[in-house]
Amino acid sequence: MSWLTRPCTETQITHGARLWLYALAILIMVFLVVPTLIVIPMSFSDSQYLEFPPRHWSMRWYEAYFNSVAWMQATATSFKCAFATVLVATPLGTLAAYGLSLSRMRLARLAFVMLITPLIVPIILIGIGVFYAYVKLKLINTLLGIVLAHSMLALPLVLMVVASALKSYDASQEMVARSLGASRFRAFISVTLPQIRFAVITGAALAFLTSFDEVIVAMFVSGGDNSTLTRNMFNALRDQIDPTIAAISTIMILVTSTLLALSQLFGKSRPG
Amino acid sequence: MTHGESLPITIRQVTKAYDRLLALDRIDLDIRSGEFLTLLGPSGSGKSTLLMVLAGFVRPDCGSISFGKKDVTRIPPNKRGVGMVFQNYALFPHMSVAANVAFPLRLRSIGKAEARRRVERALELVRLGGYGSRRIDQLSGGQRQRVALARAIVFEPHILLMDEPLSALDKQLREYMQIELRELHMKLGMTTVYVTHDQREALTMSDRIAVINHGRVMQLDTPREIYERPTNKFVASFIGESTFVTVEVSGGRAFFAGMPLRTPAPPRADGKPLLLLRPERLRLLDGAGGPDMNRLAGRIVDIVYQGDSILLHVVLAEGTRVAIRSTSRAEVPAAGSEVTVGLSREDTLLLSEEGR
Amino acid sequence: MRRERPNERGLRRDAVRERFTLLGLASPALLLVCVTMAVPVAWLFWLSFFSDTGSLSLENYRRLIEQPSYARIFATTFEISLMTTAICIMLGYPLAYFLSQLPRRAANLCMIAVLLPLWTSLLVRTYAWLVLLQRGGLINKWGMALGLWEKPLALVYNFNGTLVGMVHIMLPFLVLPVYGTMRSIDRDYLRAAANLGASATRAFWQVFFPLSLPGLSAGALIVFILCLGFYVTPAVLGGGKVIMVSNSIATNIELFFNWGASSALGVVLLVLTLLILYGASRIVRFERIFGGGHGS
Repeated sequence: MSWLTRPCTETQITHGARLWLYALAILIMVFLVVPTLIVIPMSFSDSQYLEFPPRHWSMRWYEAYFNSVAWMQATATSFKCAFATVLVATPLGTLAAYGLSLSRMRLARLAFVMLITPLIVPIILIGIGVFYAYVKLKLINTLLGIVLAHSMLALPLVLMVVASALKSYDASQEMVARSLGASRFRAFISVTLPQIRFAVITGAALAFLTSFDEVIVAMFVSGGDNSTLTRNMFNALRDQIDPTIAAISTIMILVTSTLLALSQLFGKSRPG
Repeated sequence: MTHGESLPITIRQVTKAYDRLLALDRIDLDIRSGEFLTLLGPSGSGKSTLLMVLAGFVRPDCGSISFGKKDVTRIPPNKRGVGMVFQNYALFPHMSVAANVAFPLRLRSIGKAEARRRVERALELVRLGGYGSRRIDQLSGGQRQRVALARAIVFEPHILLMDEPLSALDKQLREYMQIELRELHMKLGMTTVYVTHDQREALTMSDRIAVINHGRVMQLDTPREIYERPTNKFVASFIGESTFVTVEVSGGRAFFAGMPLRTPAPPRADGKPLLLLRPERLRLLDGAGGPDMNRLAGRIVDIVYQGDSILLHVVLAEGTRVAIRSTSRAEVPAAGSEVTVGLSREDTLLLSEEGR
Repeated sequence: MRRERPNERGLRRDAVRERFTLLGLASPALLLVCVTMAVPVAWLFWLSFFSDTGSLSLENYRRLIEQPSYARIFATTFEISLMTTAICIMLGYPLAYFLSQLPRRAANLCMIAVLLPLWTSLLVRTYAWLVLLQRGGLINKWGMALGLWEKPLALVYNFNGTLVGMVHIMLPFLVLPVYGTMRSIDRDYLRAAANLGASATRAFWQVFFPLSLPGLSAGALIVFILCLGFYVTPAVLGGGKVIMVSNSIATNIELFFNWGASSALGVVLLVLTLLILYGASRIVRFERIFGGGHGS
């Protein structure tokens, strides 16, 4: 245990003197991780009360989920919305990031701030506002309505991620491409886009998650046939604790982790 | 690589201002077809801005640029048919060497087989034959520069622009590449505009040099003329080593420290022009020197051995400290001795601040 | 005599056209945000100035000030937000410090513990706490089994349960900026402090801590503002007893269709958020000015 007495900082604090910090940090990390993942083993519990560790293992809650028309429809809706959101928010956000980072007008800064506002305005306000507008526009409970709202929410994230990548990107690459005969568009597609690929994919992943996990706007705006998974989950939570939600939660964690793993895999620049 | 005709460049009244700063001030410049012209000047002089205007990346406030008979002022950069080499090479990191060089050919819809041929020829011209499949991050600085060059010439542009392409290389490699570039230019013969702040580089490589300062062309001439017959103080001080002393001109004759000065031609106007003194043009006289020699009295204050020459620091009678570079192996008087400094008549150059 | 300026007008036109084309690339995004957010929110703003009878009035705002229930709602909101922020700082700062002292690889590994909750759905995490804190839930079961208490505690459907949930959700938002700032603190400052004779404690409080403040303030600000507008966690874990501003806004719409009250509340929440952001941006700037004097 000699490392306990070895100094580990510039100010000569030893590991031993810091043990309390290590213990505290580990406790906090446990506090963060355990509740996040505890749902997974609990979802396999047979009893109504979701024990841990489960006394009897069973898949009944998963069966309840997959056999329920309502839950399946909601899941399909959530996935459709999320994919559509990616298809809308990612190109719009990437284009905006590109145009605004190249533009030297003062209006560009204003436009950038405007595009970030969905992050600042309280989500509940956006929720009821969109609800009110959609009632007038007859977009309530439509897929289009949800996708538009979710895209608006995802846009700032895509914008910030891509804009930050463009900041550290060598602008002379595009200049060279243009001097060699490429139009601005061609230069963007052939030279810039491959190099900011990681950021765009990250942005797309964020857009997917934003839509998939979104609760409040969906609560107001989706419904009927086009109710999202999160909306139904939230309503179920408020009424009674339906253990099926544990199974759904596990599946959601799976989806999120898979998405993140994929984006890490495909995002990293590979030779070729 | 047989090359199509190169084009002359005509620059007229090109002006560019950034807020209140005038980067280019009504520039008029004629670049001859096939010549290697260097834009030489200190940083901030506007030389890079002018190059960017030629390429089309900087839009001037007014003025016109013509390649041959075609006015290209308002034509976007991708349609100007100019090859360009940047200081940081700007090679596409996600493509191989061959893909980089083939890029402009792909844009021009040149077939794969033909493109491959041209790429290989371009790589051979820059002495990188067979490097096509390499990745960019596997190359050294000098090799990257050559790939950038190959990429810029593979589509046979009429004009080649280079923005300080060698400044990121170390001295030896730089000098080697200077010769390579010069040879390439002689082989391909396209009009080349080269930007640098290194006067030696400019003198080595150029057919003509345009010395630029504060957005204006201070002098446009061959390297020899620029060095030996600068027309204004800036050019004289920017190129080579120089010291200036004020002379008086009155009644058609020039006087330095009260003594008359022998000049190659009668000085133009009355006033107080400057006399250019270059170390290699001054000599220690041990006799009269002849009728074409100007004689300046002085005293040696320091002797510096520099290997290939000896630098003598002399203080002239009227107070100016001047340096004399001597390659002769004759005995040098000791420090402190009174000497006579000689400047031949043909080397006596009177300059104004502005020039003609 | 007019000096020759060839192409001037044409070049200027080209420049303007190019600038607007670039800006134009952002226009689809701007359109989306305008239509789906700016216009609806502006509409709400407009609505808040109309009374139930449809006439222009400040009645909604007056009601906010007059009715004591609203005062309680604001009090609750601020209470939870402040307490959450405080607890997050107390837990998050040591954690960030710990992570910043680890070698990069280990830190990245441990960072998963912070990022995993962040990526996991809000709903899933809130649900997990519901299950953990309920009467027959894990915490109560283990607490009683270990003999820590006899009867199951009411850990959820109240203020405390909400607080626990909010802290869990907000903690990553604090840790990330603080960690980022701490990582960028040049170790040479601490070496210099040690060299000049400072004890470890002094070096920490007088050198390290002030340098970590920008990250800490950013994190605390983010957490506080997020808490102000939070909805899901108080709704689920509060059991109807914890009513924050956003809960009230939702209830007013869902149950009473009281657009006047909701929109007024929403406007107040928005204005509050903007004021805090504005105020914080001024303070941070001042801090940098003072900090510059101290740091050197």
